[in-house]
Amino acid sequence: MLDQREKQALMERACEIRKDIVTMIGVGKAGHLGGSCSLADIVTVLYFHKMRHDPKNPDMRDRDRFILSKGHAAIVQYAALMECGYFDKEASIHTLKKLGSHLQGHPDMRKLVGIEANTGSLGQGVSLAAGLAAGLRLDQIDSKVYVAVGDGELAEGQLWEAFMAASNFGLDNLRVIIDRNGLQATGRTADRFKIGNLEDKMRSFGFEVLVIDGHDMDQIAGALDRADEVKGKPVCIIADTVKGKGIPFAEGVAAFHNGTLTQEQYQEALRVLEEA
Amino acid sequence: MSMHNQRKEYGKMLVELGEQNPDIVVLEADLGKSTMSCMFEEKFPERYFEMGIAEQNMTSFAGGLALAGKIPFTNTFAVFATGRAYDQIRQSIATAKLNVKIVGSSSGMSDFGDGATHQSVDDIAIMSAIPNLTVFTPCDGVEVRKAVEAAVAVDGPCYIRLCRNDLEDIFPEDAKYRVGEPVVLRDGTDVAVFTHGIMAHGALEAAKLAKEKGISVKVVHIPTVKPLNEEAVKACAAGMKGIVVCEESNIRGGLNMLISYILRGSAIPMESVAVMDVFGQSASSHAELLQEYGLDAGSILEKIEKLTK
Repeated sequence: MLDQREKQALMERACEIRKDIVTMIGVGKAGHLGGSCSLADIVTVLYFHKMRHDPKNPDMRDRDRFILSKGHAAIVQYAALMECGYFDKEASIHTLKKLGSHLQGHPDMRKLVGIEANTGSLGQGVSLAAGLAAGLRLDQIDSKVYVAVGDGELAEGQLWEAFMAASNFGLDNLRVIIDRNGLQATGRTADRFKIGNLEDKMRSFGFEVLVIDGHDMDQIAGALDRADEVKGKPVCIIADTVKGKGIPFAEGVAAFHNGTLTQEQYQEALRVLEEA
Repeated sequence: MSMHNQRKEYGKMLVELGEQNPDIVVLEADLGKSTMSCMFEEKFPERYFEMGIAEQNMTSFAGGLALAGKIPFTNTFAVFATGRAYDQIRQSIATAKLNVKIVGSSSGMSDFGDGATHQSVDDIAIMSAIPNLTVFTPCDGVEVRKAVEAAVAVDGPCYIRLCRNDLEDIFPEDAKYRVGEPVVLRDGTDVAVFTHGIMAHGALEAAKLAKEKGISVKVVHIPTVKPLNEEAVKACAAGMKGIVVCEESNIRGGLNMLISYILRGSAIPMESVAVMDVFGQSASSHAELLQEYGLDAGSILEKIEKLTK
Protein backbone atom coordinates (compact mmCIF):
# COMPACT_ATOMS: atom_id res chain seq x y z
CA MET A 1 0.00 0.00 0.00
CA LEU A 2 1.08 3.55 -0.67
CA ASP A 3 1.02 6.10 2.09
CA GLN A 4 -0.36 9.52 1.31
CA ARG A 5 3.06 11.10 0.82
CA GLU A 6 4.22 8.35 -1.56
CA LYS A 7 1.04 8.62 -3.51
CA GLN A 8 1.39 12.39 -3.84
CA ALA A 9 5.00 12.00 -4.95
CA LEU A 10 4.03 9.46 -7.61
CA MET A 11 1.27 11.71 -8.92
CA GLU A 12 3.77 14.54 -9.23
CA ARG A 13 6.20 12.23 -11.01
CA ALA A 14 3.51 11.14 -13.45
CA CYS A 15 2.80 14.78 -14.16
CA GLU A 16 6.48 15.42 -14.92
CA ILE A 17 6.51 12.39 -17.19
CA ARG A 18 3.49 13.71 -19.11
CA LYS A 19 5.22 17.07 -19.45
CA ASP A 20 8.30 15.31 -20.81
CA ILE A 21 6.09 13.46 -23.29
CA VAL A 22 4.57 16.70 -24.56
CA THR A 23 7.97 18.41 -24.66
CA MET A 24 9.53 15.53 -26.59
CA ILE A 25 6.77 15.57 -29.19
CA GLY A 26 6.93 19.35 -29.54
CA VAL A 27 5.02 21.40 -32.09
CA GLY A 28 4.00 20.36 -35.58
CA LYS A 29 5.48 16.85 -35.48
CA ALA A 30 3.62 13.58 -35.20
CA GLY A 31 4.03 11.77 -31.89
CA HIS A 32 2.32 8.98 -30.01
CA LEU A 33 0.76 11.15 -27.35
CA GLY A 34 -2.40 9.19 -26.59
CA GLY A 35 -1.03 5.74 -25.84
CA SER A 36 1.94 7.19 -23.98
CA CYS A 37 -0.26 9.21 -21.63
CA SER A 38 -2.61 6.28 -20.99
CA LEU A 39 0.37 4.29 -19.71
CA ALA A 40 2.06 7.14 -17.82
CA ASP A 41 0.76 6.34 -14.33
CA ILE A 42 1.58 2.64 -14.60
CA VAL A 43 5.09 3.37 -15.89
CA THR A 44 5.56 5.87 -13.04
CA VAL A 45 4.63 3.32 -10.38
CA LEU A 46 6.89 0.73 -12.00
CA TYR A 47 10.00 2.92 -12.23
CA PHE A 48 9.52 5.01 -9.07
CA HIS A 49 7.98 2.51 -6.70
CA LYS A 50 7.90 -1.10 -7.77
CA MET A 51 10.82 -2.18 -9.89
CA ARG A 52 14.26 -3.12 -8.58
CA HIS A 53 16.60 -1.17 -10.81
CA ASP A 54 19.56 1.19 -10.64
CA PRO A 55 20.17 3.89 -13.26
CA LYS A 56 23.85 3.89 -12.26
CA ASN A 57 24.08 0.16 -12.85
CA PRO A 58 21.70 -0.44 -15.76
CA ASP A 59 23.07 -3.92 -16.48
CA MET A 60 22.55 -5.13 -12.90
CA ARG A 61 21.83 -8.82 -13.29
CA ASP A 62 18.93 -9.07 -10.91
CA ARG A 63 17.13 -5.92 -12.03
CA ASP A 64 13.46 -6.11 -12.85
CA ARG A 65 12.76 -5.57 -16.54
CA PHE A 66 10.13 -3.51 -18.33
CA ILE A 67 9.41 -4.14 -22.01
CA LEU A 68 6.99 -2.10 -24.09
CA SER A 69 5.31 -4.48 -26.47
CA LYS A 70 3.36 -1.43 -27.66
CA GLY A 71 6.66 0.09 -28.75
CA HIS A 72 5.00 3.15 -30.25
CA ALA A 73 4.54 4.45 -26.70
CA ALA A 74 8.35 4.68 -26.45
CA ILE A 75 8.24 8.26 -25.21
CA VAL A 76 6.61 7.32 -21.92
CA GLN A 77 9.52 4.97 -21.24
CA TYR A 78 12.05 7.59 -22.41
CA ALA A 79 10.44 10.06 -20.00
CA ALA A 80 10.64 7.62 -17.09
CA LEU A 81 14.26 6.73 -17.90
CA MET A 82 15.33 10.37 -18.10
CA GLU A 83 13.48 11.24 -14.89
CA CYS A 84 15.27 8.32 -13.20
CA GLY A 85 18.60 9.64 -14.46
CA TYR A 86 19.51 6.91 -16.95
CA PHE A 87 20.60 9.66 -19.35
CA ASP A 88 20.75 13.41 -19.44
CA LYS A 89 17.31 14.90 -19.80
CA GLU A 90 18.34 18.37 -20.93
CA ALA A 91 20.63 17.03 -23.66
CA SER A 92 18.03 14.60 -24.99
CA ILE A 93 14.54 15.92 -24.58
CA HIS A 94 14.51 17.90 -27.83
CA THR A 95 16.12 15.18 -29.96
CA LEU A 96 13.21 12.76 -30.37
CA LYS A 97 13.33 11.04 -33.78
CA LYS A 98 16.07 13.38 -35.01
CA LEU A 99 18.84 11.90 -37.19
CA GLY A 100 21.45 10.28 -34.97
CA SER A 101 19.40 10.61 -31.78
CA HIS A 102 19.28 7.80 -29.25
CA LEU A 103 15.58 8.57 -28.85
CA GLN A 104 14.32 6.56 -31.80
CA GLY A 105 10.70 6.43 -32.90
CA HIS A 106 10.51 3.00 -31.30
CA PRO A 107 12.67 1.63 -28.46
CA ASP A 108 16.16 0.50 -29.47
CA MET A 109 18.23 -1.22 -26.80
CA ARG A 110 21.41 -0.71 -28.82
CA LYS A 111 20.90 3.03 -28.94
CA LEU A 112 19.51 3.91 -25.53
CA VAL A 113 20.52 2.79 -22.05
CA GLY A 114 17.69 1.32 -20.00
CA ILE A 115 15.79 -0.15 -22.96
CA GLU A 116 15.51 -3.93 -22.55
CA ALA A 117 14.39 -5.05 -26.02
CA ASN A 118 13.63 -3.77 -29.50
CA THR A 119 9.94 -3.46 -30.12
CA GLY A 120 7.74 -1.69 -32.61
CA SER A 121 6.40 -4.48 -34.77
CA LEU A 122 3.34 -5.12 -32.63
CA GLY A 123 2.63 -8.44 -30.97
CA GLN A 124 6.20 -9.54 -30.25
CA GLY A 125 6.89 -8.07 -26.81
CA VAL A 126 5.21 -10.75 -24.73
CA SER A 127 7.21 -13.49 -26.48
CA LEU A 128 10.41 -11.58 -25.76
CA ALA A 129 9.37 -10.97 -22.16
CA ALA A 130 8.36 -14.61 -21.66
CA GLY A 131 11.67 -15.85 -23.08
CA LEU A 132 13.51 -13.42 -20.83
CA ALA A 133 11.48 -14.58 -17.83
CA ALA A 134 12.26 -18.21 -18.67
CA GLY A 135 15.96 -17.43 -19.02
CA LEU A 136 16.09 -15.60 -15.69
CA ARG A 137 14.33 -18.50 -14.04
CA LEU A 138 16.87 -20.95 -15.48
CA ASP A 139 19.59 -18.94 -13.76
CA GLN A 140 17.51 -18.70 -10.59
CA ILE A 141 17.55 -14.92 -10.77
CA ASP A 142 14.66 -13.53 -8.81
CA SER A 143 13.67 -10.73 -11.20
CA LYS A 144 10.26 -9.81 -12.49
CA VAL A 145 9.56 -9.09 -16.14
CA TYR A 146 6.84 -6.54 -16.88
CA VAL A 147 5.49 -6.15 -20.37
CA ALA A 148 2.94 -3.57 -21.51
CA VAL A 149 0.54 -4.46 -24.30
CA GLY A 150 -2.03 -2.25 -26.01
CA ASP A 151 -5.62 -3.36 -26.34
CA GLY A 152 -5.62 -2.70 -30.09
CA GLU A 153 -2.44 -4.76 -30.24
CA LEU A 154 -4.36 -7.80 -28.96
CA ALA A 155 -5.45 -8.55 -32.52
CA GLU A 156 -1.91 -9.78 -33.16
CA GLY A 157 -1.98 -13.58 -33.13
CA GLN A 158 1.54 -13.98 -31.80
CA LEU A 159 0.41 -12.50 -28.47
CA TRP A 160 -1.93 -15.42 -27.99
CA GLU A 161 0.85 -17.86 -28.82
CA ALA A 162 2.94 -16.10 -26.20
CA PHE A 163 0.14 -16.16 -23.63
CA MET A 164 -0.18 -19.92 -24.11
CA ALA A 165 3.57 -20.36 -23.79
CA ALA A 166 3.79 -18.22 -20.62
CA SER A 167 1.07 -20.34 -19.09
CA ASN A 168 2.54 -23.61 -20.38
CA PHE A 169 5.87 -22.83 -18.72
CA GLY A 170 4.21 -21.48 -15.56
CA LEU A 171 6.12 -18.19 -15.74
CA ASP A 172 5.06 -16.59 -12.48
CA ASN A 173 7.85 -14.01 -12.85
CA LEU A 174 6.04 -12.52 -15.84
CA ARG A 175 3.41 -9.76 -15.61
CA VAL A 176 1.47 -8.78 -18.70
CA ILE A 177 -0.05 -5.33 -18.32
CA ILE A 178 -2.79 -4.59 -20.82
CA ASP A 179 -3.28 -0.87 -21.36
CA ARG A 180 -7.00 -1.01 -22.12
CA ASN A 181 -7.54 2.55 -23.33
CA GLY A 182 -10.28 1.48 -25.71
CA LEU A 183 -8.90 3.28 -28.73
CA GLN A 184 -6.69 2.29 -31.63
CA ALA A 185 -5.33 4.34 -34.51
CA THR A 186 -8.58 4.49 -36.44
CA GLY A 187 -11.22 4.55 -33.74
CA ARG A 188 -12.72 2.69 -30.79
CA THR A 189 -11.40 -0.86 -30.42
CA ALA A 190 -14.97 -1.97 -29.72
CA ASP A 191 -16.01 -0.69 -33.14
CA ARG A 192 -12.93 -1.44 -35.19
CA PHE A 193 -12.16 -5.01 -34.14
CA LYS A 194 -14.02 -6.74 -31.34
CA ILE A 195 -12.01 -9.04 -29.12
CA GLY A 196 -14.79 -10.06 -26.75
CA ASN A 197 -14.43 -10.62 -23.02
CA LEU A 198 -10.79 -10.00 -22.28
CA GLU A 199 -10.90 -11.08 -18.63
CA ASP A 200 -12.39 -14.45 -19.56
CA LYS A 201 -9.98 -14.90 -22.42
CA MET A 202 -6.93 -14.24 -20.25
CA ARG A 203 -8.21 -16.54 -17.51
CA SER A 204 -8.83 -19.30 -20.01
CA PHE A 205 -5.28 -18.82 -21.30
CA GLY A 206 -4.06 -19.64 -17.81
CA PHE A 207 -3.39 -16.22 -16.32
CA GLU A 208 -4.22 -14.84 -12.91
CA VAL A 209 -6.20 -11.77 -13.94
CA LEU A 210 -6.44 -8.49 -12.04
CA VAL A 211 -8.53 -5.61 -13.34
CA ILE A 212 -7.71 -2.10 -12.17
CA ASP A 213 -8.15 1.58 -12.88
CA GLY A 214 -4.84 2.29 -14.60
CA HIS A 215 -4.78 5.88 -13.37
CA ASP A 216 -5.28 5.11 -9.68
CA MET A 217 -1.87 4.92 -8.01
CA ASP A 218 -3.19 2.79 -5.12
CA GLN A 219 -4.78 0.28 -7.45
CA ILE A 220 -1.71 0.08 -9.68
CA ALA A 221 0.66 -0.44 -6.75
CA GLY A 222 -1.77 -2.86 -5.10
CA ALA A 223 -2.09 -5.03 -8.21
CA LEU A 224 1.68 -5.11 -8.73
CA ASP A 225 2.11 -6.27 -5.13
CA ARG A 226 -0.63 -8.86 -5.40
CA ALA A 227 1.04 -10.24 -8.52
CA ASP A 228 4.05 -11.17 -6.39
CA GLU A 229 1.93 -13.57 -4.38
CA VAL A 230 0.77 -15.58 -7.40
CA LYS A 231 2.72 -18.81 -7.85
CA GLY A 232 2.90 -21.20 -10.76
CA LYS A 233 1.22 -19.05 -13.37
CA PRO A 234 1.68 -15.71 -15.10
CA VAL A 235 -0.26 -12.62 -14.07
CA CYS A 236 -2.24 -10.33 -16.32
CA ILE A 237 -3.13 -6.87 -15.08
CA ILE A 238 -5.87 -5.37 -17.21
CA ALA A 239 -5.64 -1.63 -16.67
CA ASP A 240 -8.60 0.45 -17.75
CA THR A 241 -7.14 3.70 -18.95
CA VAL A 242 -7.96 6.84 -20.92
CA LYS A 243 -6.00 7.51 -24.06
CA GLY A 244 -4.37 10.94 -23.80
CA LYS A 245 -5.00 10.99 -20.03
CA GLY A 246 -4.02 14.25 -18.35
CA ILE A 247 -4.31 16.40 -21.44
CA PRO A 248 -8.00 17.36 -21.63
CA PHE A 249 -8.27 18.07 -25.35
CA ALA A 250 -6.57 14.73 -26.17
CA GLU A 251 -8.42 12.52 -23.71
CA GLY A 252 -10.37 9.80 -25.50
CA VAL A 253 -9.56 11.21 -28.93
CA ALA A 254 -8.26 8.58 -31.37
CA ALA A 255 -6.69 11.26 -33.57
CA PHE A 256 -4.02 11.78 -30.89
CA HIS A 257 -2.84 8.17 -31.28
CA ASN A 258 -0.04 9.63 -33.40
CA GLY A 259 -1.22 13.20 -33.71
CA THR A 260 0.41 16.57 -34.14
CA LEU A 261 0.21 19.39 -31.60
CA THR A 262 -0.31 22.97 -32.72
CA GLN A 263 1.58 25.72 -30.88
CA GLU A 264 -1.61 26.50 -28.94
CA GLN A 265 -2.24 22.86 -28.03
CA TYR A 266 1.38 22.42 -26.98
CA GLN A 267 1.21 25.44 -24.65
CA GLU A 268 -2.21 24.39 -23.36
CA ALA A 269 -1.01 20.86 -22.57
CA LEU A 270 2.04 22.11 -20.64
CA ARG A 271 -0.08 24.71 -18.80
CA VAL A 272 -2.66 22.14 -17.69
CA LEU A 273 0.07 19.76 -16.52
CA GLU A 274 1.83 22.59 -14.68
CA GLU A 275 -1.35 23.36 -12.80
CA ALA A 276 -2.27 19.73 -12.10
CA MET B 1 33.83 -42.12 -48.72
CA SER B 2 31.75 -42.08 -45.61
CA MET B 3 28.27 -40.63 -45.47
CA HIS B 4 26.79 -38.43 -42.80
CA ASN B 5 23.52 -36.69 -42.25
CA GLN B 6 23.69 -32.96 -41.49
CA ARG B 7 20.74 -33.14 -39.09
CA LYS B 8 22.30 -35.90 -37.03
CA GLU B 9 25.71 -34.23 -36.97
CA TYR B 10 23.95 -31.05 -35.86
CA GLY B 11 22.11 -32.87 -33.08
CA LYS B 12 25.34 -34.49 -31.85
CA MET B 13 27.19 -31.19 -31.97
CA LEU B 14 24.42 -29.44 -30.01
CA VAL B 15 24.84 -32.02 -27.25
CA GLU B 16 28.64 -31.64 -27.27
CA LEU B 17 28.43 -27.87 -27.10
CA GLY B 18 25.67 -28.10 -24.51
CA GLU B 19 28.03 -30.09 -22.30
CA GLN B 20 30.69 -27.42 -22.58
CA ASN B 21 28.46 -24.39 -22.32
CA PRO B 22 25.54 -24.28 -19.86
CA ASP B 23 24.12 -21.19 -21.56
CA ILE B 24 23.16 -23.11 -24.70
CA VAL B 25 19.39 -23.65 -24.80
CA VAL B 26 17.30 -25.23 -27.54
CA LEU B 27 13.81 -24.42 -28.79
CA GLU B 28 11.67 -26.61 -30.99
CA ALA B 29 8.34 -26.29 -32.81
CA ASP B 30 7.25 -29.93 -32.70
CA LEU B 31 9.68 -31.23 -35.29
CA GLY B 32 12.36 -32.39 -32.87
CA LYS B 33 12.53 -35.93 -34.19
CA SER B 34 13.22 -34.58 -37.67
CA THR B 35 15.47 -31.61 -36.84
CA MET B 36 17.26 -33.88 -34.34
CA SER B 37 16.95 -31.34 -31.56
CA CYS B 38 15.50 -34.37 -29.73
CA MET B 39 19.10 -35.40 -28.99
CA PHE B 40 19.54 -32.27 -26.88
CA GLU B 41 16.15 -32.76 -25.24
CA GLU B 42 17.16 -36.22 -24.09
CA LYS B 43 20.39 -34.98 -22.56
CA PHE B 44 19.33 -31.58 -21.21
CA PRO B 45 15.55 -31.52 -20.73
CA GLU B 46 15.73 -28.48 -18.44
CA ARG B 47 17.37 -26.44 -21.20
CA TYR B 48 15.00 -27.59 -23.92
CA PHE B 49 11.83 -25.65 -24.75
CA GLU B 50 9.11 -27.38 -26.71
CA MET B 51 7.21 -24.34 -27.99
CA GLY B 52 4.42 -26.15 -29.78
CA ILE B 53 3.67 -25.50 -33.42
CA ALA B 54 4.17 -21.76 -33.05
CA GLU B 55 7.28 -20.62 -34.92
CA GLN B 56 6.67 -16.91 -34.49
CA ASN B 57 6.48 -17.08 -30.72
CA MET B 58 9.39 -19.52 -30.65
CA THR B 59 11.59 -17.04 -32.50
CA SER B 60 10.83 -13.99 -30.36
CA PHE B 61 10.91 -16.13 -27.19
CA ALA B 62 14.42 -17.18 -28.22
CA GLY B 63 15.23 -13.47 -28.44
CA GLY B 64 14.06 -13.14 -24.83
CA LEU B 65 16.28 -16.02 -23.76
CA ALA B 66 19.19 -14.24 -25.46
CA LEU B 67 18.32 -11.11 -23.46
CA ALA B 68 18.82 -13.26 -20.37
CA GLY B 69 22.32 -14.18 -21.57
CA LYS B 70 21.45 -17.54 -23.11
CA ILE B 71 22.56 -18.83 -26.51
CA PRO B 72 19.31 -20.15 -27.97
CA PHE B 73 19.05 -22.43 -31.01
CA THR B 74 15.62 -22.44 -32.68
CA ASN B 75 14.63 -25.46 -34.72
CA THR B 76 12.13 -26.09 -37.47
CA PHE B 77 12.14 -26.57 -41.23
CA ALA B 78 13.99 -23.83 -43.12
CA VAL B 79 10.86 -22.70 -44.91
CA PHE B 80 9.05 -22.00 -41.61
CA ALA B 81 12.11 -20.73 -39.75
CA THR B 82 12.71 -18.02 -42.31
CA GLY B 83 9.26 -17.44 -43.77
CA ARG B 84 6.74 -17.92 -41.01
CA ALA B 85 8.99 -16.16 -38.50
CA TYR B 86 10.60 -13.62 -40.82
CA ASP B 87 9.33 -10.57 -38.99
CA GLN B 88 10.30 -12.01 -35.61
CA ILE B 89 13.87 -12.58 -36.85
CA ARG B 90 14.01 -9.09 -38.29
CA GLN B 91 12.33 -7.15 -35.50
CA SER B 92 12.81 -9.05 -32.25
CA ILE B 93 16.29 -10.40 -33.00
CA ALA B 94 18.28 -8.77 -35.80
CA THR B 95 17.67 -5.09 -35.08
CA ALA B 96 18.94 -5.71 -31.55
CA LYS B 97 21.72 -8.09 -32.67
CA LEU B 98 20.45 -10.70 -30.24
CA ASN B 99 22.51 -13.85 -29.94
CA VAL B 100 20.01 -16.30 -31.43
CA LYS B 101 20.94 -19.19 -33.74
CA ILE B 102 18.17 -20.00 -36.21
CA VAL B 103 18.53 -23.45 -37.68
CA GLY B 104 16.68 -24.15 -40.92
CA SER B 105 16.33 -27.90 -41.33
CA SER B 106 15.21 -29.77 -44.47
CA SER B 107 16.25 -26.77 -46.55
CA GLY B 108 16.18 -26.27 -50.29
CA MET B 109 14.56 -29.16 -52.16
CA SER B 110 15.74 -31.71 -49.60
CA ASP B 111 12.25 -32.35 -48.24
CA PHE B 112 11.51 -33.85 -51.63
CA GLY B 113 8.22 -35.57 -50.82
CA ASP B 114 6.40 -32.70 -49.15
CA GLY B 115 6.36 -30.36 -52.12
CA ALA B 116 6.44 -26.60 -52.58
CA THR B 117 5.10 -25.64 -49.14
CA HIS B 118 7.99 -27.40 -47.44
CA GLN B 119 10.85 -26.56 -49.81
CA SER B 120 12.84 -23.40 -49.16
CA VAL B 121 13.89 -21.74 -52.37
CA ASP B 122 13.87 -18.28 -50.83
CA ASP B 123 15.54 -18.67 -47.42
CA ILE B 124 19.00 -17.60 -48.58
CA ALA B 125 17.64 -14.43 -50.16
CA ILE B 126 15.53 -13.40 -47.21
CA MET B 127 18.10 -14.22 -44.54
CA SER B 128 20.86 -12.48 -46.50
CA ALA B 129 18.70 -9.38 -46.78
CA ILE B 130 18.51 -8.91 -43.01
CA PRO B 131 21.33 -6.78 -41.61
CA ASN B 132 23.43 -8.22 -38.74
CA LEU B 133 22.80 -11.87 -39.68
CA THR B 134 25.52 -14.42 -40.40
CA VAL B 135 24.31 -17.03 -42.90
CA PHE B 136 25.92 -20.48 -42.74
CA THR B 137 25.61 -22.85 -45.71
CA PRO B 138 27.53 -26.03 -44.83
CA CYS B 139 28.09 -28.63 -47.54
CA ASP B 140 28.23 -31.84 -45.51
CA GLY B 141 28.09 -33.37 -42.04
CA VAL B 142 31.72 -32.60 -41.26
CA GLU B 143 31.21 -28.93 -41.99
CA VAL B 144 28.00 -28.75 -39.99
CA ARG B 145 29.98 -29.50 -36.86
CA LYS B 146 32.40 -26.70 -37.64
CA ALA B 147 29.60 -24.31 -38.60
CA VAL B 148 27.61 -24.88 -35.41
CA GLU B 149 30.72 -24.36 -33.32
CA ALA B 150 31.53 -21.19 -35.26
CA ALA B 151 27.96 -19.92 -34.84
CA VAL B 152 28.29 -20.18 -31.06
CA ALA B 153 31.46 -18.11 -31.28
CA VAL B 154 29.64 -15.37 -33.22
CA ASP B 155 28.08 -12.91 -30.78
CA GLY B 156 24.98 -12.18 -32.82
CA PRO B 157 22.17 -13.71 -34.85
CA CYS B 158 22.99 -16.58 -37.20
CA TYR B 159 21.09 -18.66 -39.71
CA ILE B 160 22.31 -22.22 -40.35
CA ARG B 161 20.93 -24.01 -43.39
CA LEU B 162 20.78 -27.81 -43.19
CA CYS B 163 19.94 -30.54 -45.68
CA ARG B 164 17.55 -33.35 -44.80
CA ASN B 165 19.35 -36.18 -46.58
CA ASP B 166 22.57 -38.16 -46.14
CA LEU B 167 25.61 -36.63 -47.81
CA GLU B 168 29.10 -37.86 -48.59
CA ASP B 169 31.85 -36.24 -46.53
CA ILE B 170 33.71 -33.73 -48.69
CA PHE B 171 34.78 -30.96 -46.35
CA PRO B 172 38.41 -31.59 -45.38
CA GLU B 173 38.48 -32.52 -41.65
CA ASP B 174 41.70 -30.63 -41.17
CA ALA B 175 40.61 -27.54 -43.14
CA LYS B 176 40.64 -24.33 -41.19
CA TYR B 177 37.08 -23.14 -40.89
CA ARG B 178 36.72 -19.38 -40.92
CA VAL B 179 33.48 -17.47 -41.20
CA GLY B 180 33.38 -15.56 -44.48
CA GLU B 181 36.30 -17.40 -46.13
CA PRO B 182 35.79 -19.44 -49.30
CA VAL B 183 37.22 -22.98 -49.24
CA VAL B 184 38.85 -24.43 -52.34
CA LEU B 185 37.68 -28.05 -52.45
CA ARG B 186 39.49 -28.84 -55.70
CA ASP B 187 41.98 -26.81 -57.65
CA GLY B 188 41.80 -26.14 -61.37
CA THR B 189 42.83 -23.66 -64.03
CA ASP B 190 40.06 -23.28 -66.62
CA VAL B 191 36.77 -22.69 -64.84
CA ALA B 192 35.95 -21.84 -61.21
CA VAL B 193 32.69 -23.24 -59.84
CA PHE B 194 31.37 -21.45 -56.77
CA THR B 195 28.85 -23.27 -54.59
CA HIS B 196 27.12 -23.04 -51.25
CA GLY B 197 25.43 -25.79 -49.26
CA ILE B 198 24.98 -29.16 -50.90
CA MET B 199 25.84 -27.93 -54.40
CA ALA B 200 29.52 -28.68 -53.74
CA HIS B 201 28.68 -32.36 -54.32
CA GLY B 202 27.34 -31.81 -57.84
CA ALA B 203 30.17 -29.41 -58.60
CA LEU B 204 32.87 -31.93 -57.60
CA GLU B 205 31.21 -34.58 -59.73
CA ALA B 206 30.98 -32.18 -62.65
CA ALA B 207 34.66 -31.29 -62.18
CA LYS B 208 35.58 -34.99 -62.48
CA LEU B 209 33.52 -35.36 -65.64
CA ALA B 210 35.06 -32.19 -67.05
CA LYS B 211 38.54 -33.50 -66.41
CA GLU B 212 37.78 -36.45 -68.67
CA LYS B 213 37.04 -33.88 -71.35
CA GLY B 214 40.29 -32.06 -70.71
CA ILE B 215 38.80 -29.15 -68.71
CA SER B 216 40.41 -28.21 -65.41
CA VAL B 217 37.82 -27.07 -62.87
CA LYS B 218 38.34 -25.37 -59.55
CA VAL B 219 35.55 -25.88 -56.99
CA VAL B 220 35.14 -23.14 -54.42
CA HIS B 221 32.72 -23.71 -51.59
CA ILE B 222 31.23 -20.74 -49.74
CA PRO B 223 30.69 -21.71 -46.07
CA THR B 224 28.88 -18.48 -45.22
CA VAL B 225 26.93 -16.60 -47.85
CA LYS B 226 27.14 -13.72 -45.41
CA PRO B 227 29.64 -12.38 -44.58
CA LEU B 228 31.80 -13.20 -47.58
CA ASN B 229 35.37 -12.09 -48.20
CA GLU B 230 35.04 -10.33 -51.54
CA GLU B 231 38.78 -10.18 -52.21
CA ALA B 232 39.04 -13.94 -51.73
CA VAL B 233 36.25 -14.50 -54.26
CA LYS B 234 38.03 -12.23 -56.75
CA ALA B 235 41.27 -14.14 -56.19
CA CYS B 236 39.54 -17.47 -56.84
CA ALA B 237 38.07 -16.15 -60.10
CA ALA B 238 41.25 -14.47 -61.32
CA GLY B 239 42.73 -15.92 -64.49
CA MET B 240 39.80 -18.25 -65.18
CA LYS B 241 38.09 -18.53 -68.55
CA GLY B 242 34.81 -18.24 -66.74
CA ILE B 243 32.90 -19.06 -63.57
CA VAL B 244 29.76 -21.00 -62.70
CA VAL B 245 27.82 -20.12 -59.56
CA CYS B 246 25.67 -22.94 -58.20
CA GLU B 247 22.99 -22.84 -55.55
CA GLU B 248 19.99 -24.85 -54.48
CA SER B 249 17.99 -21.67 -54.02
CA ASN B 250 16.42 -18.92 -56.01
CA ILE B 251 18.56 -17.06 -58.53
CA ARG B 252 17.03 -13.86 -57.16
CA GLY B 253 18.85 -12.69 -54.09
CA GLY B 254 21.25 -15.59 -53.79
CA LEU B 255 24.95 -16.28 -54.28
CA ASN B 256 24.69 -15.69 -58.04
CA MET B 257 23.69 -12.09 -57.60
CA LEU B 258 26.23 -11.61 -54.83
CA ILE B 259 29.14 -12.94 -56.88
CA SER B 260 28.12 -11.04 -59.99
CA TYR B 261 28.18 -7.93 -57.78
CA ILE B 262 31.59 -8.82 -56.35
CA LEU B 263 33.03 -9.42 -59.81
CA ARG B 264 31.39 -6.39 -61.40
CA GLY B 265 33.58 -4.75 -64.00
CA SER B 266 35.84 -7.79 -64.36
CA ALA B 267 34.19 -8.92 -67.61
CA ILE B 268 34.70 -12.57 -66.61
CA PRO B 269 32.08 -14.77 -68.31
CA MET B 270 29.61 -16.21 -65.81
CA GLU B 271 26.99 -18.95 -65.88
CA SER B 272 24.37 -19.79 -63.27
CA VAL B 273 22.96 -22.99 -61.82
CA ALA B 274 20.09 -22.10 -59.52
CA VAL B 275 16.38 -22.38 -58.95
CA MET B 276 15.09 -20.09 -61.68
CA ASP B 277 12.42 -18.23 -59.73
CA VAL B 278 10.00 -21.14 -59.38
CA PHE B 279 8.69 -23.21 -56.48
CA GLY B 280 9.49 -26.88 -56.12
CA GLN B 281 7.11 -29.85 -56.13
CA SER B 282 6.86 -33.36 -54.72
CA ALA B 283 9.12 -36.05 -56.10
CA SER B 284 10.38 -39.46 -55.11
CA SER B 285 13.93 -38.32 -54.31
CA HIS B 286 16.04 -35.25 -53.77
CA ALA B 287 18.21 -36.25 -56.73
CA GLU B 288 15.16 -36.33 -58.98
CA LEU B 289 14.31 -32.75 -58.01
CA LEU B 290 17.88 -31.54 -58.50
CA GLN B 291 17.76 -32.96 -62.00
CA GLU B 292 14.30 -31.56 -62.73
CA TYR B 293 15.35 -28.03 -61.78
CA GLY B 294 18.75 -28.18 -63.49
CA LEU B 295 20.77 -28.35 -60.28
CA ASP B 296 22.57 -31.68 -60.87
CA ALA B 297 26.14 -32.44 -61.91
CA GLY B 298 25.12 -32.79 -65.55
CA SER B 299 23.66 -29.30 -65.57
CA ILE B 300 26.80 -27.88 -63.96
CA LEU B 301 28.95 -29.67 -66.53
CA GLU B 302 26.94 -28.15 -69.37
CA LYS B 303 27.64 -24.67 -68.04
CA ILE B 304 31.33 -25.46 -67.62
CA GLU B 305 31.54 -26.65 -71.21
CA LYS B 306 29.69 -23.61 -72.47
CA LEU B 307 32.33 -21.40 -70.89
CA THR B 308 35.21 -23.32 -72.47
CA LYS B 309 33.88 -23.57 -76.01
